Amino acid sequence: MSRPELVAPPEIYYGDTEASKYTQNTRIQQIQAEMTYRAMELLNIPEGETAFLLDIGCGSGLSGEILDEEGHIWAGVDVSPSMLEIALEREVEGDLFLQDIGQGFGFRPGSFDGAISISVLQWLLNAETSHPTSSPPHRLTRFFTTLHSALKNPSRAILQFYPTSDDQIQLITSIAQKAGFGGGIVVDYPNSKKARKVFLCLFVGGGGGQQVPQGLADEGGDERVQFERRRDRETKRKKSAKSKHTQDKDWVLKKKDLYRKRGKEGVPRDSKYTARTRKPVF
Amino acid sequence: MVRLITHNLLACHAKGCTSNNFPLQLKDVQLEQREAEFNPDFLRRFMPKLDWGALVDTARQLGDDSLPLEQPEMFDDDFLRKLHHVLLEVSVEEGAMVCPNCSHIYPISNGIPNMLLAENEIG
Repeated sequence: MSRPELVAPPEIYYGDTEASKYTQNTRIQQIQAEMTYRAMELLNIPEGETAFLLDIGCGSGLSGEILDEEGHIWAGVDVSPSMLEIALEREVEGDLFLQDIGQGFGFRPGSFDGAISISVLQWLLNAETSHPTSSPPHRLTRFFTTLHSALKNPSRAILQFYPTSDDQIQLITSIAQKAGFGGGIVVDYPNSKKARKVFLCLFVGGGGGQQVPQGLADEGGDERVQFERRRDRETKRKKSAKSKHTQDKDWVLKKKDLYRKRGKEGVPRDSKYTARTRKPVF
Repeated sequence: MVRLITHNLLACHAKGCTSNNFPLQLKDVQLEQREAEFNPDFLRRFMPKLDWGALVDTARQLGDDSLPLEQPEMFDDDFLRKLHHVLLEVSVEEGAMVCPNCSHIYPISNGIPNMLLAENEIG
């Protein structure tokens, strides 16, 4: 399956059908929710404090709903009108903007207490036209510089994205650094193909006192595909059920002895063939 | 919905438009009121970020003159409730925002402002 960002620009790819599919798919919902909770954890806002946050690429408000739940006030931007329409239908609490993040934000300096972005940044890595303002480095520069000024000092921005190569990570981090951000990349479950998640953790200010958080290790029991655990459990049960039937020679001899003592008829006599292992069927 | 809390943070971001680009003027607006949870701590922390003059001007344009012209020194409960109403419970559903400097028009429909720029306006 090819990556959606290679198919068409986001405002076209997420048309009416794709937008409703995206929002109704429970697996996508679950993954988005998990990543949003993780991003909130990395954002490190003091417990119980209501913050004013920016949701970059809010889409249909899957992540915004979680911000609502956590009691934060937020504004969201997205470039796909269909996605925003669904967000309106779902009646999320935040203010929504139809905006291309590659064109930069118009927010006044120090507006937001933090920013999150779930599965968005990879969309900035493709040029749609040959105009100089459409080149990925230009759009990334514009995005990061305006984002940096829109955040208060000190604060954090957590951006989860799907890079295809290390070059892309390199490009994104170097432009973010030039824009004035500190921080770096956090990789959760680095050795898992499915659960691996890349978070770009950016810090504004703080005088270098902020440490890049640790990525989660691979014991992510909860990060599995639905029903995978049930399948594991069932295969294990099947295996153990099978192994109950094959017993060793001592056990067979003991049983036969017992039957003879009880006076059961027709117990086969013991020989060198008793309880021998048979050839595999195949 | 464009609540005044976000309107107060929004400046024009077109190419070369760097001064006198705030606040965006609201035109032909349709308003809607919806209730929101009152959170005095959040408002107190948000006060330094607000541009008080712009907020009061915009609120008066929209026909709400409950806020004093000068930012008060002390925030009592009554004042915070008024502020809460203006910031978080009034939202613009239809209309447009116009930049006072370059007169770029950002249309608002269904409560969502269209902030997209044409190719030649991107900074």
